[in-house]
Amino acid sequence: MALATRTDRRPSLTRSLWGSTVGKKTVMAVSGLIMLMYLVAHMLGNLKIFFGSGEFNAYAHWLRTMGEPLLHYEWALWGVRVVLLAAVVLHGVAAYQLSRRDIAARPSKYAHKRRRTSYATRTMRWGGIILALFIAWHLLDLTTLTVNENAQPGRPYENVVATFSTWYGNAVYLVAMLAVGLHVRHGFWSAAQTLGVGNARRDRILKATANGLALALTAGFVSVPVAVMTGVVG
Amino acid sequence: MRLTLRVWRQRNADTPGAMVTYDIDDISEDMSFLEMLDTLNEKLILRGEEPVAFDHDCREGICGACGVVINGDAHGPERTTTCQLHMRHFDDGDTVDVEPWRAGAFPVVKDLVVDRSAFDRIIGAGGYISVPTGAAPEAHATPVPKADADFAFEHAECIGCGACVAACPNGSAMLFTSAKVNHLNVLPQGAPERETRVLDMVSAMDEEGFGGCTLTGECATACPKGIPLPSIAAMNKEWLRATRKASRR
Repeated sequence: MALATRTDRRPSLTRSLWGSTVGKKTVMAVSGLIMLMYLVAHMLGNLKIFFGSGEFNAYAHWLRTMGEPLLHYEWALWGVRVVLLAAVVLHGVAAYQLSRRDIAARPSKYAHKRRRTSYATRTMRWGGIILALFIAWHLLDLTTLTVNENAQPGRPYENVVATFSTWYGNAVYLVAMLAVGLHVRHGFWSAAQTLGVGNARRDRILKATANGLALALTAGFVSVPVAVMTGVVG
Repeated sequence: MRLTLRVWRQRNADTPGAMVTYDIDDISEDMSFLEMLDTLNEKLILRGEEPVAFDHDCREGICGACGVVINGDAHGPERTTTCQLHMRHFDDGDTVDVEPWRAGAFPVVKDLVVDRSAFDRIIGAGGYISVPTGAAPEAHATPVPKADADFAFEHAECIGCGACVAACPNGSAMLFTSAKVNHLNVLPQGAPERETRVLDMVSAMDEEGFGGCTLTGECATACPKGIPLPSIAAMNKEWLRATRKASRR
């Protein structure tokens, strides 16, 4: 018996990625890791606030002159913004489409309810929505300065202090940073599984890395409003 | 033992169902869960009522035919199949909820019986090796490293009962599909169809309307055969490898 020869063509890489649940999860994993790398850099950069207004504002200015004189003013920054925007959009759209599918795949619920998955796992969808809303608020607050109390361009130190001198600024930020920690905790480990890096041997190290990253990010980000509230930064 | 059972009763796929309460006594703790249901059915028949329909076959934990959700757990509180679950794991006077597998891709046929033919179609898409007919080859002619044989066997243990889908909050069939893909893809006999197998089986899985994997781990916890959760990561790896190779052709 001869085997049938395949004559149909496989779809392109893009189509097979976006057309499959496994592929769409791969898109989510890669875009999530891009955002995670940015978050680590962002958190470390934020810590410069502890060295005072001069150093923090100079660092913020350097972010705009990065890559000069090869690049023009703010080009590198805009490059980062474009990559991040693409990552956020792909991550969000894939999450929305996969969630719709997941909910449709379980149309009737069990009469006997019980919860077993971890809190971080259960809150991925709501956590993601909270983070998306936070990003919008955060950009309006400290990038466009639309809703900032101080709103002085080129003086991010003073703007940050103004934000964390309001109760709502602190509240929104603290909730979002807890959400980031929970999201990263399940997200990083999940991304490793989706990209096929996970196995029984590496599981402990991957989980430890996910927890470490989540904790470091939340603690690092939260340290800034706490410092403003306690008067260490001001 | 006395039990209060709340069992999902549904006449057929088109009629809505409901949980119906039955009080049952004279249950021995040595009975299996299915024998307990048999006892209930005998009583129902004597009363002239319709017995509860449920799937079963070997009743020794190896065929994968049986399976109901007991108190929210696929196959009940123990890590075994429903037929191998004994009533000693329940207490006298307990209320026990018995429901069918819940998933869009597993429509209820009647009462506790669901249509799991979606699994058959996933297998049909590549869960086999193409072997020309003839005598069985000499087993030692194809050497298989011990580690690979163990890995293949761990996944070959899957009996296709569907507990993974029933337990998954997304009704995803990733653990089942990964067990089948990994079982054959690691072996030399499965190597010629390694890429087409994973691509075709994953796409068949998607076409059946199963949800995606969010790595909640519920599937591996429910699996009576202990198919491990990293099995899904191993299939993802195979899928990405095959997708890269296919896109280069």
